Amino acid sequence: MTLSRREFLQALAAAAAAGLPLASRPQDETFYDLPRFGNVSLLHFTDCHAQLLPAHFREPSVNLGVAASANRPPHLVGGALLKHFRLRPGSREAHAFTHLDFAQAAKTYGKLGGFAHLATLVKKVRDERGASLLLDGGDTWQGSATSLWTRGQDMIEAQKLLGIDMTTGHWEFTYGAARVKEVVDGDFAGKIEFLAQNVETNDFGDPVFKPYTIRELAGVPIGIIGQAFPYTPIAHPRRFVAEWRFGIEEERLQRRVNEVRGKGAGVVALLSHNGMDVDLKLASRVTGIDVILGGHTHDGVPVPIVVANASGKTLVTNAGSNGKFLAVLDLAVKDGRISDYRYRLLPVFAELLRPDAAMARLIEAQRSPYAGKLSERLALTEALLYRRGNFNGSFDQLILDALMEAKGAPIAFSPGFRWGATLLPGEAVTLEDVMSQTAITYPHTVVTEMSGSTIKAVLEDVCDNLFNPDPYYQQGGDMVRVGGMTYSCEPGAQRGARIGDMRIGERPIEPGKTYKVASWASVAEGARDEGEPAWDLLARYLREKKIVRPSKLKLPRLIGVKGNRGLA
Amino acid sequence: MDAKRREVLKTGGGALALAAAGIIRPGEAFAQEWNKAAFETKSVAETVKALGGGASTPSGSIEITAPDIAENGAVVPIAVESKLPRTQAIAILIEKNPNTLSAEFEIPAGTDPFVSTRVKMAETSNIYALVIADGKYFHAVKEIKVTIGGCGG
Repeated sequence: MTLSRREFLQALAAAAAAGLPLASRPQDETFYDLPRFGNVSLLHFTDCHAQLLPAHFREPSVNLGVAASANRPPHLVGGALLKHFRLRPGSREAHAFTHLDFAQAAKTYGKLGGFAHLATLVKKVRDERGASLLLDGGDTWQGSATSLWTRGQDMIEAQKLLGIDMTTGHWEFTYGAARVKEVVDGDFAGKIEFLAQNVETNDFGDPVFKPYTIRELAGVPIGIIGQAFPYTPIAHPRRFVAEWRFGIEEERLQRRVNEVRGKGAGVVALLSHNGMDVDLKLASRVTGIDVILGGHTHDGVPVPIVVANASGKTLVTNAGSNGKFLAVLDLAVKDGRISDYRYRLLPVFAELLRPDAAMARLIEAQRSPYAGKLSERLALTEALLYRRGNFNGSFDQLILDALMEAKGAPIAFSPGFRWGATLLPGEAVTLEDVMSQTAITYPHTVVTEMSGSTIKAVLEDVCDNLFNPDPYYQQGGDMVRVGGMTYSCEPGAQRGARIGDMRIGERPIEPGKTYKVASWASVAEGARDEGEPAWDLLARYLREKKIVRPSKLKLPRLIGVKGNRGLA
Repeated sequence: MDAKRREVLKTGGGALALAAAGIIRPGEAFAQEWNKAAFETKSVAETVKALGGGASTPSGSIEITAPDIAENGAVVPIAVESKLPRTQAIAILIEKNPNTLSAEFEIPAGTDPFVSTRVKMAETSNIYALVIADGKYFHAVKEIKVTIGGCGG
């Protein structure tokens, strides 16, 4: 088969990633010439989800905020986001931060991220500055075939080479407590500090990880406190971290902040995997934190939100996902306290950055044992395939269709994950792309008999995790994707009253009747190790279909969200 | 150090097992005081009544420490501290459980009014910490969510 023009361009991009010079695409690093400011800098990225290579990632067109979160960052999408942050429509930044005109803009500006390109940018920014730390907010070891098959080892090597100083965790824990401990005490020892103040043993409440660290930069003691994802044992099968307890642990955090201040820290930062809504609430209640460098909810927010609390102000940031962004926080610290700051969330445009040779070699070495298998071309997509969004994504719709067909079920559920790269119309769908949507340690597909009332209870439960007016009761994922049935959703309603009008075709779903529901990634005990992994099922489906045609995205009928600026 | 503490407890667990098998009966002395009626109540109001109260007043002097979302509905850690003078008893009520009253602790004079236990919750519910102090009834309330789980981020 001959290469299509687009595939030819991809081959060129691959060549560029491998460090080959390409005269036709000169790298323009002047885009990243930032004026120097202050005397201490914190560099931060988060939720890269193991994307070692540059990728497309479409930001959501639906990211509704409810109650106090409505119409405020991070719950702004598309044009509303551009307007709020004064970004020019059609610009590079507009492409990085929004879904607008995605396929076309993706062709114009190319892919984002990739560790070889990120490494170049990190080096440039650090070289230009005096004293700096590089912080990785977690969700680094999961999201690709190679990370799954090496239990995160490819990413661990990349983290070390990139020169990360501190990190925390979420999906890391889905490789099991023993694996996390092995890496923290082994690979990371003396190189990367894994910080988490909110993980303790079930039996005695002993801390599992170092809660914080203090490093002196330009004569200023900098305190970094780690906050792992508080709901790890609920969001994933409990068995992975059976002996550990998590939580937001606000009071303990306050004690830690006081402790770090007491030891003379002039700057206190929280490296957080709480999610932005949780961080915004936390910043209003816990005092003494200068900045929360946040992740988990994958919100690419161009400027920090300033939150006032009882003793001062705290900056809250969120640095997006999938390797798309590098955050640079420059601090002017005088007389033991921050006098001023500058913050930039830099989109990592692969075409503007020369890939770092050492990192490119490492990536190549990590991938080569699997490259042949991963490049298997399963189908061609004529549709834009993406996942991110509150209710559904076109890639999820494909997974739902595949589940229903393979399992002979009238209804299917698929988790509302926020990771998973985007494919443009005209691109091949490879096994690697399928893995980018499904590579988890509990991938099994199942069929469950559920009553209509159980289906409603499940939808209500997940919906409350997304739209509870109190952020501390949110878990930071999106709504479960639903195939085969329709429903209505009123995000602003009370818990238990958001979901309605459930139907298969025209027929209402009856509370007492039993339905077959196909799904995957169950967190229930007993669901383990049964059923075909989702990637096998999806790959087979794609091989049979050969071409993915565009189809209308199925969304619930939304109630009470008119005018919400989190809806494009 | 931790490992040792755990080892000791494992060995010590034998004694607890004997208790569980009924050879030692720590609960015997209390058995006669078991307030059966109170533990069979089905609503917060009914429980307060069964514990001898009329109505209870909300109080800022009662502190509940518990997760916002339970990691496991079968064992939800809850601690209650009362700063009310002359606290005589602390009870934990779970509004949506089939039986509302989960635990009742009598606080003898001179004891710190702090209790910590684990309760079982059937579903998302308000929990009430009911305190009897100086013969009067007070409470604090907190919602704990019990979810079927699953994630996104």
